[in-house]
Amino acid sequence: MAEVPESEYGIEIKGLSKVFGANPEAMVPFVEQGMTKAEMNEQHGHVLGLRDINISMPAGRIQVIMGLSGSGKSTLIRHINRLIDPTIGQVLVGGEDVVKMDQTALRAFRRHKTAMVFQKFALLPHRTVLENTVYGLQVQGVPREQQVEAAMRWIERVGLAGYETNYPNQLSGGMQQRVGLARALTNDAPILLMDEAFSALDPLIRTDMQTVLLDIQSEIRKTIVFITHDLDEALRLGDRIAILRDGEIVQQGTSQDIVLRPADDYVESFVREVNRGRVIQVDAVMTPLNGGVAPSAATVPSGTTVEDAIGAIVAGPDDVVTVTNAHGAPVGAITLRQLAKALIPSREPADH
Amino acid sequence: MDWFFNFPQLDNLTLGALRRSIDDGFRVFTRAWGDPIESFFEPLRLFLIYSERLLLDTPWPIFMLVVAVLGWLASRRWTVVIGSVLSLGLIGFFGMWEDTMRTVSMTFVCTVVAIVVGIPIGILMSRSNRVQAIFNPILDVMQTMPSFVYLIPVVMLLGIGRVPGVLAVVVYAIPPIIRLTNLGIRLVDRDVLEAADAFGSSGWQKLRNVQMPLALPTIMAGINQTIMMALAMVVIASMIGVQGLGQPVLRAINNQYFTMGMFNGLAIVAIAIIFDRISQSFGQRLQKYREVVHG
Repeated sequence: MAEVPESEYGIEIKGLSKVFGANPEAMVPFVEQGMTKAEMNEQHGHVLGLRDINISMPAGRIQVIMGLSGSGKSTLIRHINRLIDPTIGQVLVGGEDVVKMDQTALRAFRRHKTAMVFQKFALLPHRTVLENTVYGLQVQGVPREQQVEAAMRWIERVGLAGYETNYPNQLSGGMQQRVGLARALTNDAPILLMDEAFSALDPLIRTDMQTVLLDIQSEIRKTIVFITHDLDEALRLGDRIAILRDGEIVQQGTSQDIVLRPADDYVESFVREVNRGRVIQVDAVMTPLNGGVAPSAATVPSGTTVEDAIGAIVAGPDDVVTVTNAHGAPVGAITLRQLAKALIPSREPADH
Repeated sequence: MDWFFNFPQLDNLTLGALRRSIDDGFRVFTRAWGDPIESFFEPLRLFLIYSERLLLDTPWPIFMLVVAVLGWLASRRWTVVIGSVLSLGLIGFFGMWEDTMRTVSMTFVCTVVAIVVGIPIGILMSRSNRVQAIFNPILDVMQTMPSFVYLIPVVMLLGIGRVPGVLAVVVYAIPPIIRLTNLGIRLVDRDVLEAADAFGSSGWQKLRNVQMPLALPTIMAGINQTIMMALAMVVIASMIGVQGLGQPVLRAINNQYFTMGMFNGLAIVAIAIIFDRISQSFGQRLQKYREVVHG
């Protein structure tokens, strides 16, 4: 496949709040005063869906938004293509404020700049796999031949070749979501919105789909916003992760930040269940060399997980391994002891 | 205490004057607007005549063949085909072919008018709760008002004949198609609609690509109901000069011809069943994609 340029569309969410209820505008002052979700529900009968969200999502990366049900994550992703209108705030995509667009501009924005994958697939049941996949291009008014050509390429890419004429009902959940993914990718929009896209799938199929997504992303470099309630999934996919609780962001950062420095007990309680060896990278726990001599002939590249580094040490004669950068130059060293320590959560759980 | 036991009503004089003035008003309206309204319905009259002539001029074996083919295409079941051909054969054998053709033509025209008028109204109702609130009571009136009652103004306005017959039948038969179009569109899965929105569909694209196809099975059920009600009403419409199987039934009632009434009544039942089976199985075949093959 030809080299596809990295998406240029970063997403900037600024001061976004959403109130559900009879008269959301009247609630704005309370939101600005910092009223919590529970207080607003009790005193004014309005539901505070999101409060003062500020996220900067880098172009061409996967931004994961993680939270439990009711945290407002699905509401948040729907603000990006304005399936839900915010009460206050800005959503800047490539510098343009989505909130200010009129209906025509919004429709054009949805057609050309975004594509979406849904938790419940939301395929058109009366259309075959092929006809579902061409939907976005059909709405854009692209000539039929181009529609089919693009659709067939992505149907093949997601592993559905041979199923073009099947109806969604004839496919398993995993295959249906492959159709959902192919439909979104066929649109070739710079932004891909994935709302709990893999949550409805069996664990094995979910892992499988994550691999498919990461594979494809390494080729197409879209700006992906991925919603999930599963921290393992978030850590595996996310270049950056934001954790949402009761409509507020409690922590943002890379997977390393989240696992090594959880912001509060809430995040900590998630992180405790994570397989640290597969998430933490050697860079976070190694001793920098600062031009010193490499202590071991055995090397692992920067970005290796703790688990793989242990594997490398066990296979060799020494209890230490050298970490090298992208050019193969040594940048740090890490001992078996340091690796073992990284596996133990640094902060003891508060309630034990 | 008289008012307590006898309802305090308008006195007969006032009531009579009220009726008379409304009647007079309508008569004036009829005189002033009768001709323009009649010419407005002229295309409908031509359509009726054309359709009736077509059916009457078609040789009977060809008509039976057409019904058989339609039955097969819609249902893919031999029982439907054989049943249709057999009942048409019996109808012809007992000398009711021409009347039956007139009734079929009338039902066909009424159904087409009901679809053309009813589906857009149903779509409008599905798009706005206010429009729905306006139309629902009107539909209630259309369905419950005794059909003879609205025959009166129609006859006053347009006289006796086919066109007023069509109007009376359509008024009676159109509510199910309007209601079920509205219902079918409102029942379309919200998730799918959201997906259509997310890909930037316009209102028209959403209607054409998502709402209408997914509502179609429900709409087909409405069309089926409309056909059945149109057939039932065609008999009553014979009172205002609509030709067909209703006329002999009317004569049979007036003269107590038991057998004549029975034969023609059964002929109506037979074509009702043919229409019903063909349109219903077509509706079911539209839903083939719903069959779950994968568990």
